[in-house]
Amino acid sequence: MSTTTTVNTRWWSGGKSPFNVEYGKLMMWYFLMSDAFTFGAFLIAYGTTRFSATSWPDPNKVFSSYPLMPEGSHAPLVFVSIMTFILILSSVTMVLAVQAGKEMKKNLVVLNLILTIIGGLAFLSCQAWEWTHLHHEGAWWGMNPFMNADGTQSTTGFTNFFFTITGFHGFHVFSGVVINIVMLIMTLNNVFEKRGHYLMIEKAGLYWHFVDLVWVFVFTCFYLI
Amino acid sequence: MEHSHAAHSGNVKKEIIKVTIILSVLTIIELALGFWMMGIESHGTRLTIKGVIVILMLAKAFYIVGYFMHLKHEIHNLIMTIVVPLALFIWFITAFLYEGNSYKNLRNTYDPYKKERSHTVVEKKETVKEEKKAE
Repeated sequence: MSTTTTVNTRWWSGGKSPFNVEYGKLMMWYFLMSDAFTFGAFLIAYGTTRFSATSWPDPNKVFSSYPLMPEGSHAPLVFVSIMTFILILSSVTMVLAVQAGKEMKKNLVVLNLILTIIGGLAFLSCQAWEWTHLHHEGAWWGMNPFMNADGTQSTTGFTNFFFTITGFHGFHVFSGVVINIVMLIMTLNNVFEKRGHYLMIEKAGLYWHFVDLVWVFVFTCFYLI
Repeated sequence: MEHSHAAHSGNVKKEIIKVTIILSVLTIIELALGFWMMGIESHGTRLTIKGVIVILMLAKAFYIVGYFMHLKHEIHNLIMTIVVPLALFIWFITAFLYEGNSYKNLRNTYDPYKKERSHTVVEKKETVKEEKKAE
């Protein structure tokens, strides 16, 4: 894709896209910007609340289990690392799907879309397990069974923020999976072959990478720092 | 606007693999720092490690947005359209963390009831249900 800008290329004179991308792709970028500010606002609200608290539950004590863990053991960061790698790998398969689309290789697009969908569903399953496990320990919106790190009484803000932000993110993962399934069906029905391009997959790819990007921020803010 | 050239497609695959490895390594370093931090008591050291984790996180964001979302290969005006508004975040985060810290200091100075409550060690209770707001 060459972007030679000679003196006579007037990007804003009409007839072509000033950003050299199609309309739908530019609009997806604008939507992602708005979503970035929404997630940013949530995370900054969480940061402000945490900064205004004298103490806060220690994430390594709260989030320290995984499915089928033996009784009494304590494994911080393990399960969330697995979730992070699942989402990163699903992003990679999405990149491969977009690349296969550029090369008009329909079967490779189908394969990589299926892998991306499986990755998304695996992530959602892990998140659902994490939520169920915490709920069984007594955590929910308005209910916080965990003490602060220094032994003082904690607030329900801890669980409220956790469930709201991971829930909002999980909702985005879910809608991303739905979009990817629609993309898969369209690919299988030769919609893109007939159009002669797979640009729609590229737009779905932008959304999916955004979902992965948000997880990078959410996971760091809640589990690491 | 298609990468139909065979050699170019090979290069693209190499770039994807390279970025995947970089992202994985950055994640592993972040997790290693997280594990290391569990054994550290010093507040200053913990803060430094957290700072490093944040920088690694921003590096991951750069790679995901630049290569997976292809922004690095787009026209300069589009890159600026995305990056410049995100600079607002720098002030957004600074202002609100400062605000939160100020709120804590003011409350601990002027609200003895809340200060005492937030510094009293309690026995572990069953659950903390949301209490009626006294305000």
